[in-house]
Amino acid sequence: MSRQIVFRSFLVLMIASTLAVAQNNAQLRFCLHSDPKTFNPLLAEEDSSETVRYLTGGVLMRLNRMTQDLEPELATSWNITEGGKTITFKLRSGLSFSDSTPFSADDVAFTIQQMMDPSLHSPTGDAFRSGDGKTVTKVLAPDRVSVTFPAAIAGLDKLFDQVAIMSAKSPRKEMAVLGPYQVLEYKAGNYLLLERNPHYWRQDAAGKQLPYIQSVRLDIQSNRDTEMLRLVRGEIDFINSLDAEYFDKLMQQNPALVHDSGVSLDSEQMWFNQVPNSPLPDYKKAWFRSTNFRRAISEAINREDLARVAFRGHARPAIGPMSPANKFWFNAKLQAHPFDQKSALARLAEDGFRFQDGVLRDRDGHAVEFSIITNAGNKYRERMATMMQQDLSGIGIKLNVVTLDFPSLIERITRSFDYEACLLGLIGNDLDPNSSQMNVWLSSGENHQWNPHQKSPATGWEAEIDKLMHQQATSLDPKKRKAAFDRVQEIAWEQEPFIYLVNRNALSAVSPNARNVHPVVLRPQVYWNIDEISISNEVARNR
Amino acid sequence: MKWARHLGIAFLATVAFACLLADFVAPSYAHQFRDEPGAAPSRQHLLGTDDLGRDRFARVLYGTRVSLLLAPAAALLSSLLAVLIGGAAGFAGGWVERIVMATTDLFLSLPWLFLLITVRALLPLNVLPITSVAITFALLGCLGWATAARVICADARSLAHSDFILAARASGSSGFRLLWRQVVPNLRPIVFAQFWISIPVFILAEANLGVLGLGVAEPLPSWGSLLRELQSYSAITGQPWQFVPLILFVVVVSCFHLVLLEQESPV
Repeated sequence: MSRQIVFRSFLVLMIASTLAVAQNNAQLRFCLHSDPKTFNPLLAEEDSSETVRYLTGGVLMRLNRMTQDLEPELATSWNITEGGKTITFKLRSGLSFSDSTPFSADDVAFTIQQMMDPSLHSPTGDAFRSGDGKTVTKVLAPDRVSVTFPAAIAGLDKLFDQVAIMSAKSPRKEMAVLGPYQVLEYKAGNYLLLERNPHYWRQDAAGKQLPYIQSVRLDIQSNRDTEMLRLVRGEIDFINSLDAEYFDKLMQQNPALVHDSGVSLDSEQMWFNQVPNSPLPDYKKAWFRSTNFRRAISEAINREDLARVAFRGHARPAIGPMSPANKFWFNAKLQAHPFDQKSALARLAEDGFRFQDGVLRDRDGHAVEFSIITNAGNKYRERMATMMQQDLSGIGIKLNVVTLDFPSLIERITRSFDYEACLLGLIGNDLDPNSSQMNVWLSSGENHQWNPHQKSPATGWEAEIDKLMHQQATSLDPKKRKAAFDRVQEIAWEQEPFIYLVNRNALSAVSPNARNVHPVVLRPQVYWNIDEISISNEVARNR
Repeated sequence: MKWARHLGIAFLATVAFACLLADFVAPSYAHQFRDEPGAAPSRQHLLGTDDLGRDRFARVLYGTRVSLLLAPAAALLSSLLAVLIGGAAGFAGGWVERIVMATTDLFLSLPWLFLLITVRALLPLNVLPITSVAITFALLGCLGWATAARVICADARSLAHSDFILAARASGSSGFRLLWRQVVPNLRPIVFAQFWISIPVFILAEANLGVLGLGVAEPLPSWGSLLRELQSYSAITGQPWQFVPLILFVVVVSCFHLVLLEQESPV
């Protein structure tokens, strides 16, 4: 009897140790679509570098991608004072960087100074540049630090989600990290290997140190077809972002692989050129400046069809600047403009347009014809433009679709302004309008695409938006900020300088071998909780 | 191999005839039947519909018409330029030939794809799709003369030193008359061969531009835009009728080569 008990205990121990060893040697694999351009977290601005930053960087606070709430990480608490100019952090003590260098308030101060150094041109720092003057950092204690910016920044705390803290003292510089993984090996054009940071601070509920997975292999793979085949063959564990066609293809092969997390922050929109000195005929400038004309075009486009046909049902008709995926900032009172060509013609009639013999003419007899430019090679935009061509022909408008290479398109919409309408998309990374929408809605902004860099607002409604955007940017009261930006969304809905067409869904594919994976709509959709992800022991043993 | 040539000619003639009848046998190539995107072949849509619900059979017919009409036109333009430049250089010889051939080499080294993209970007935006495709092929024709010019130049050079030209010179013929009456007629077989070679090259070039999204403007179809549907693995969803444009393209280009084989033999 006692022999049996000893044998069984031995067996259980053996199995447990085998599983533990398997997980300890586990490797998660997925693809980057290009080489990371930098390992310096302050200089990251493209997908691959941002992925490395997310996997290796330790941040003071992290936006929970599922709840969209801010959660403490390296900072246990923080306090915003002086009307939004100063933020004071209380830091965790006893932490170390991946190379054992101790973490302290000096590192936070060093990172902020580096980030705000104009000579570094940090894209992360751009969101913090609130006004003229220096940013002052004060180390109040080894675990307390304050940062004072020249002017108030609304939503200041959320911006720190992107700031990976660097070591002030480590000889390994940016390679010493506080996040779950550190860079072990990089072969340009081939792969990037990350290994578990032995000094990572987080533990799970049972007290086990995170992350669960020993290493992450990021294969540099630009070809999406190959990436999909590798997922099907089990060589990689997930695809973070899929397009609708790949999603449907995988759905046919193995429905368990794919996840449609619902509408994302990404939007597709068109706009008319309203730049006063653009080389367009005056009668066309008059069309494009007319609210009735823009609203009519908007109503004559069948957004439901765009979402259903062009995106195979993996998109939703868009409503305005904020996607419904943005839980706090979206103005829920607004609805997508309905497809109503009778109403469109009625609006056009108010401006003197006449619909005769299948052709729409303005009050001077000019047939309504305009071109829309979009970037070549983007099949979804080309499909949308072609569908809009048919929709607009229903109210007698001739739409010419022109696809241009991207540099030529940017030249036309930012310098020569030699275009009539443009169809492009916006990738939504930030929830707060202060970081994602200021440059778009301020009339002086360079991304105020329909008429950028205005010295003073060209219209009354743009002046009102300027005022509201400044209000929401300087107020510290979330309710007041929300009220101001709700009104901005209403004006955008009424005036339609941007005609929002669809919001894409967040699509991803995850191998059934990956555990604790909960795809969400915010980037990074799949690996946002990287330190909690594990893979099945069978796969772990075989790798 | 005469039968192969006849087969090629017969097939090309059939395709050309079907394309001419496109207006009568196929519904609109542009109309989107939005309730039937990606539909399988049916009585209404013989080759099914594309991603936007457009009739694929109509698009194949109209696309073939566009490519088969304009590619020979571009080939004719480039062959004429090649005769003019290469023939004159080879006949004149000396420093004229050296300068012309150096220019030809320079032309060949140009990244023509980028040049085409740049020129496309500079074109006015409000042009009809048929105008844009005509401009695209005209550009291809204007840029495609250099290789043919080198071949024709070499041939013209050897002709210029041949006995019958010497005899013509001795009998008082010179200059343009000698070139027009003696050299050009003898260049005809090689020019003809260059013309036939150029047609599939230009069809392929337009297809490449189409794959880059820079070929023919929507909604006008071309072989380039039809082949774009097959660009990615995800688009091939076990629907063999999707491959019809590709098969037609391969067969037509092969037929051009069959015709060419017979043309090359007398040279």
